[in-house]
Amino acid sequence: MRVVIAEDSVLLQAGLTRLLGDGGFEVVAAVGDAESLLRAVTEHRPDVAVVDVRMPPTHTDEGIRAALVIARQHPEVAVLVLSQYVEERYATDLLSERTSAVGYLLKDRVAQVTDFLDALRRVAAGGTALDPEVVSQLLVRRRADPLDRLTPREVQVLQLMAEGRSNNGITEALRVSPSAVEKYVSNIFTKLDLAPTDIDHRRVLAVLRFLGA
Amino acid sequence: MAAGHGGVYREPMSWIKTVRDWQPTAHALAGLAAGALTAAVLGGLVIGWLAAAWSLVDGPTGGWELAWFYGAVVLAGPVLLLWAIYGLAALQRERFRAVLRVEIAAPPRAPGSGLLRPLRAWRAPATWRQLGYHLLAMISGTAGGLLVVIFWSAPLLAVSYLTGGFGEGANAGIGVAVLGAAVVAGAMVWAAPWVARSVAEADQAGARALLGPSRNEELALRVESLARSRDEVVAATDAERRRIERDLHDGAQRRLVSLAMQLGMARASLGDDVPEPLRQVIEQAHDEATEALAELRQLVRGLHPAVLDDRGLDAALSGIAANAPLPVRLRVDAGARCAPAIEAVAYFVVSEALTNVAKHAGATRAEVTVERPGDRLRIVVADDGRGGATLESGGAAANGGGTGLRGLAQRAAAVDGTLTVDSPPGGPTRITVELPCGS
Repeated sequence: MRVVIAEDSVLLQAGLTRLLGDGGFEVVAAVGDAESLLRAVTEHRPDVAVVDVRMPPTHTDEGIRAALVIARQHPEVAVLVLSQYVEERYATDLLSERTSAVGYLLKDRVAQVTDFLDALRRVAAGGTALDPEVVSQLLVRRRADPLDRLTPREVQVLQLMAEGRSNNGITEALRVSPSAVEKYVSNIFTKLDLAPTDIDHRRVLAVLRFLGA
Repeated sequence: MAAGHGGVYREPMSWIKTVRDWQPTAHALAGLAAGALTAAVLGGLVIGWLAAAWSLVDGPTGGWELAWFYGAVVLAGPVLLLWAIYGLAALQRERFRAVLRVEIAAPPRAPGSGLLRPLRAWRAPATWRQLGYHLLAMISGTAGGLLVVIFWSAPLLAVSYLTGGFGEGANAGIGVAVLGAAVVAGAMVWAAPWVARSVAEADQAGARALLGPSRNEELALRVESLARSRDEVVAATDAERRRIERDLHDGAQRRLVSLAMQLGMARASLGDDVPEPLRQVIEQAHDEATEALAELRQLVRGLHPAVLDDRGLDAALSGIAANAPLPVRLRVDAGARCAPAIEAVAYFVVSEALTNVAKHAGATRAEVTVERPGDRLRIVVADDGRGGATLESGGAAANGGGTGLRGLAQRAAAVDGTLTVDSPPGGPTRITVELPCGS
């Protein structure tokens, strides 16, 4: 797996390079601003780009904007955005451009090395990885109330689905049987009047659409 | 010893010792000149105006041009008079400042601008007070100055009296006259500084009462200045918080992420053959680093949420709501943004209020609403808990302000906002904060 890293802190850039290298990724380029990122992606055509939200010159949302450009111009390149604080608005922007091969995580998560690498592989393989905090924020802002129809367990499953996890991932996270998970999922789709679908990213899309993202 | 410090009656008589002792005299002489000038200017204006008015009323003797001229004079008269009053008042204040080293503040300018100002100014009490001083100056200023002159020039007067009176004087009277004149002149010169000081004191009393701002105006000026400095303090604190947030973000947070990442990598690369104590140490170190990271993030968020600047209240509040331990329904009316300091107060109000709800209310759900009626920002935090909240509740008692409902009320008040608590025992509770939006 070939990766391009965009992170303006030298310290973190080095750390990420090391982490990804150890995790079996090949870091083909590491840059510190949005322009260089776009150039590197065009030049190297990596499988996935790991991008920090805040970069020079304004240190606001350069990363998101660059990620959107990549999503538009290079549909074969997956994008994982890292942020010091997660903001559902940024997530919405990202997801409006594409709902597969995209991820948005709190920077803190890189400290959970195995989870982070799993999420990155998932994104690179065409799935999604949304930080649980973003999903909570989305839940809080929903306009509809049908979520009240769900049991607390089902809400949990819904959140995990929104994060981009597959049924297997949910099974692991909740420590229940795969059939129980399937039952939860189909209940959720029924209660929320969503068309059931097996394909992971389509169902993420459905869930997120429902949540108003 | 200069006039203006202590009453002249209490001070011992002292003779001219230093330059400062000359000040009252100089002041009185300047007052003489100023009085004369005032009389000339004001008198001239008034007489000129009356003459022009009379000519108009009586029927202009010259051609139409003259009539227009008289008309212009009549119209311009009040404005010119106004300028003269304020100008002479400034001159008099300068006299006090330069010669006597006494500061008298100018009263606040009349409100309004442009054409309406002259009209308003005539209605301001300050104008009439200053006019009063000028009238006083014409009479008593002149009189006082003359008095001082006479006392100082007593010897000269005595001499001229004696030489004038001597032509063919009686012999017997000469000695007495000379002695008498000498004694009187001497006494007068000796008393001159005292006379000058008294004149200066009296003048000063009049000036303070009439040339300066009245008590009300003084209070108004003070309120304005306090409000300005309060706003500056609020803005400075806000800026300071942002700076700290930025520094922490760029410094400590980054290092901590890097540290946690490295510990995570170490943990992940531990093989099965690693001795148990080492494994435990590394795992613990990693866990603590992760926790420290989370705590620092909360701290920084509590200091100043960067997302507030980037995306506004809507986005920032959804973050707090999501982190609350109970379900929170959030509704933000999108509208134009308010001043950053105001939005920061709104953010902290919601944050603290929700913390209180989580800690004390025993509620099952909460609701946060943000609206923009007119140019005010209204925030309502409601919960279905047990109620009984008062301004004293929440926060640690020893927490000198900033947290707790009273701290929030203070914070709102610092930006001219209000906070009301509606919390009957048994609930529900409703906290309403209204803030001026600012620019």
